[in-house]
Amino acid sequence: MANVPEDLHYSKDHEWVRVEGNEAVIGITDYAQNSLGDVVYVELPKPGEQFAANESFGSVESVKAVSEVFTPVTGEVTKINESLADEPEKVNADPYGDGWMIRIRMSSSGEVDSLLTAAEYEDFTKAESE
Amino acid sequence: MLGSIGLTSAEQLFDSIPSELRLKAPLNTPAALSEIELLARFEEMASRNAGANRISFLGAGAYSHYIPTIVDHILTRSEFFTAYTPYQPEISQGTLQTIFEFQTLVCQLTGMEVANASMYDGSTALAEAVLMAERVTKRFKVVASTAVHPQYLDVVRTYVQHAGIDLELISFNEQSGQAAAELTESINEQTAAVVVQSPNFFGCIEDLASFANAAHAKGALLIVAVTEAISLGLLKSPGACGADIVVAEGQSFGVPLSFGGPYVGLFATKEKYARQIPGRLVGEAYDKQGRRGFVLTLATREQHIRREKATSNICTNEGLIALAATVYLETMGRRGMQEVAEQCLQKAAYAARKIQALSGFSLPFSGPRFNEFVVRGPSNAQELLSRLGIEKGIEGGLPLAQFFPERVNDFLVCVTEINTREQIDSLADGLAAVTR
Repeated sequence: MANVPEDLHYSKDHEWVRVEGNEAVIGITDYAQNSLGDVVYVELPKPGEQFAANESFGSVESVKAVSEVFTPVTGEVTKINESLADEPEKVNADPYGDGWMIRIRMSSSGEVDSLLTAAEYEDFTKAESE
Repeated sequence: MLGSIGLTSAEQLFDSIPSELRLKAPLNTPAALSEIELLARFEEMASRNAGANRISFLGAGAYSHYIPTIVDHILTRSEFFTAYTPYQPEISQGTLQTIFEFQTLVCQLTGMEVANASMYDGSTALAEAVLMAERVTKRFKVVASTAVHPQYLDVVRTYVQHAGIDLELISFNEQSGQAAAELTESINEQTAAVVVQSPNFFGCIEDLASFANAAHAKGALLIVAVTEAISLGLLKSPGACGADIVVAEGQSFGVPLSFGGPYVGLFATKEKYARQIPGRLVGEAYDKQGRRGFVLTLATREQHIRREKATSNICTNEGLIALAATVYLETMGRRGMQEVAEQCLQKAAYAARKIQALSGFSLPFSGPRFNEFVVRGPSNAQELLSRLGIEKGIEGGLPLAQFFPERVNDFLVCVTEINTREQIDSLADGLAAVTR
């Protein structure tokens, strides 16, 4: 059973968002890393790049496939998890912690409210895997 | 069979073609010949192809070098000749190993860290290098010297014109024949890459290190193209000079001229850019029992997995031609490569001295040379060379006016190890005779 922490917001593209002040920390969910399999490479943007909500900010490559990752919120990238360049397996081992991907300074804080709650995301993934 | 599809004659199958477009008489072909007659007829036709037997000093991107007999012998072995893309390593170790060796040789020659399994030819490899520079830098401006082969620049233009990449050309230095200082001045924070060729289209060797420094100072990449790959046997490698991507035409390595193709493109770069490389890549791996083997690697860059996000549309490589290059290089070895390059250099220098001494002839460019150089004749080069061909049986070079219209009297001469001293002397004598 995939781990879905209560305090995060979720997208239907299987990203999670943790709000810290006016910044959003973004990664992919436990369910997503489990479906992808062993992650071998994570392509991330550069700090300073701007993204609109639902825009692709990078990609995650596992042994068999490449999937794009999308930011659920609009804003500017303030920081990226540079350690993923050498240790992409962190995305598998700790998707909500050391496996985080980017921090975005949100330009409209209301966007997170339209995301899924933990309970809603759990129902969503159940429906998707059925 | 006609009956079962409801027709009465074979003619009805062609009813959809308008009557006025259809041939109503039998084809006008000669009667069939026996095999003996056929061979005699083709030999007679071939013997009329006088140009094929002329002494040649043509280069400009395709070079006449000696091909050791072993190259064709290995090449035509059915295991290699009929091999398909080696998706399945368990049945393709031979093909994969030769590609791995090819990549290793390309890295050694270019001074780079990683090379792919080959591209279609030098010009498409250059275009792919430009696209890769855009992916690496996320910038959209590319500056190139006009001393890069004009046909290579045409191919680059074809590839980038709808890719949102702005290709800016900077005129070469008219005194040296090398890329101009303005090329470095045109590099800025929007520049993805600087493109130079060395030895360049005029045969002049570029100061690659200075372009590398200028490019890197602005965060841009240096792309170096090489059309005469034999030069890599002698010149300091582009990698050692600071190049970020090196592309080359590999035809000089055991591949016949054969009317322009198929040839093979060499593509090499730094390891940190490995995921941005176009095309196939073969890697070394170990099986369960720890035995060494070879597999296609980083395939997630490729179109069959990554679809429209792939690094390139190329889903193949020039397998057989890359094998020819591999066999050639392994046959020649390090010393053999140096010796061929040395002979090309020395013979070209001898030819340049002889021609320069002729009344009315000069060498317009002062830049250092390898095995090609531009000659300025006393009159229209096209007419001069045409007379030399017809009267003396010598292809004396390529008139430059077709690429640089104002250079009416200029032509490009190429000398390789297969040109003897007698041939070079007869070129100089011939040029003197047709201008007398």
